[in-house]
Amino acid sequence: MNAAAPARREPLAGYVPAAVGLLSAIAVFCVLEGLIRAGVISEYIMPPPSHVLAAFGRVITEEHIVRRFFLTIGECLTTGVMITVFGVAGGVLLHRYKLLQQAVETWVAALAAAPVVLAYPLFMVIFGRNAWTIIMIGFVAALPPVILKTVEGLAGTRKVLVNVGRSFNLSASQQFWKIMLPAALPTIFTGVRLGLIFALINVVGVEFLINYGGLGQLINDLAERYDLPGTYAAICFVILVSVVFFMALERAERWLRPGN
Amino acid sequence: MAATGQLTKARPRGGPSAVTLLRIALIVAALVIWEGMARSGLLYRDVVPPLFKIATALVSLLSGGEYYFHLGVTVGEIAAALAIGGGLGVAVGLVLGANRFLARAFEIYLYYLGPTPKIIFFPVMIMWFGVGSGSKVALGALSCFFPVALSVAAGMRQIDKVLIRVGRSFRADTRQMITKIYLPAMRHPIINGVRLGLGIALIGTLLAETKLSNKGIGFLIINAYSTFDMPRMYANLIVLFVIAIGANALVGRLGGLHTIRR
Repeated sequence: MNAAAPARREPLAGYVPAAVGLLSAIAVFCVLEGLIRAGVISEYIMPPPSHVLAAFGRVITEEHIVRRFFLTIGECLTTGVMITVFGVAGGVLLHRYKLLQQAVETWVAALAAAPVVLAYPLFMVIFGRNAWTIIMIGFVAALPPVILKTVEGLAGTRKVLVNVGRSFNLSASQQFWKIMLPAALPTIFTGVRLGLIFALINVVGVEFLINYGGLGQLINDLAERYDLPGTYAAICFVILVSVVFFMALERAERWLRPGN
Repeated sequence: MAATGQLTKARPRGGPSAVTLLRIALIVAALVIWEGMARSGLLYRDVVPPLFKIATALVSLLSGGEYYFHLGVTVGEIAAALAIGGGLGVAVGLVLGANRFLARAFEIYLYYLGPTPKIIFFPVMIMWFGVGSGSKVALGALSCFFPVALSVAAGMRQIDKVLIRVGRSFRADTRQMITKIYLPAMRHPIINGVRLGLGIALIGTLLAETKLSNKGIGFLIINAYSTFDMPRMYANLIVLFVIAIGANALVGRLGGLHTIRR
């Protein structure tokens, strides 16, 4: 009985910090509302949070947010498919040819650290002001983690699994498809998850910068119209979409790697 | 053992010289393909300019004084962004790392807000800080705050308990604990956080410069695009990428990341 009591209290106690966090966020918004209404903060710089909340409905109905959402997500998923196909193929190639891996792995890592998105004017010249510019920037920026994680996953395949495959006289192709790739899959997915995060950041960012496409363009449009509550609401919506996207990816990774 | 030895793949022969040769071959092949594309006429004129034109633009860019003025502006903005965003990040990271309750209450917001695209806050930054350098610094600071704060908070929690107990057993006071135990033990995550923060501050600041500015490297890039001066744009991008990757390596080297033994 005594042991069960704290166990029953534990879940409730676990919610206290989360509740404090949430209440603090609400308190900040209330203080902002008060300061803006009192004229301490100009409402031409920051609209009251209540106006932002009210603008959500207008932004959703009048600014075709559903179509924009699917456009942005479509660009992200296209990038995701491309980085998975080319990234895994690149990683397998580097794993297969060690000399090539030694020669270019540091270059791939350097590309991961390079500010690729700053080359967006170059991509606009090559692909034009269209969705392909956005997708290709996302692709180049998000490719390195998939390649690096594929190499890591394949190299980290447990020796005993490889030996089991050999003891069954598996061919090189069977060894790859039945042993190496399934063993490396969780690590590869970590790379794809990182790649998709990079892709979303770059896709929305470039949409905003070149004023083309889905959610990023919406923010740019509203800011240029000086629709402040709408701009803030659109920014909140993009943050919400990003957070849900990251959480979904995290769930998927946890499902693939239950031990982590 | 013999069987295991046979199963283990032999290391490729050739060593470093073969790797270097392959690297040179790949670079030469890329340059030859580039020049071939430039001369083929298959692409729009000057989209892929000849290498000589890019080299000439590079020399002209680096030999003119104007470039260094813009470089100075951008470096100043990035340094200010790193100082403000990184400083706040270290402070918040220390608080969250030291207090489990606060970490459980607030760290989740940092964790999920961290990877969101920060450039979308640029219109807000313009409203708050104007169209000058202030909005660029603010965007850079906002961008680098999150990785620094999260890295420092994680680093604070990863300090080996044995080290803390050793400090206490020597009756070290708070100042000594901070300078002799906490900071040396957290050197790795702090430098890593600053490295991440630097890269992200650089991207945030330069993207803001490309969107709305009349000075800085970002402005030079978008100006070259607007006037369709492709060799100059390539030259600007090459120098920028060299600076970005070099700065990243320099922070790691100055911080002695490669010498740290765990």
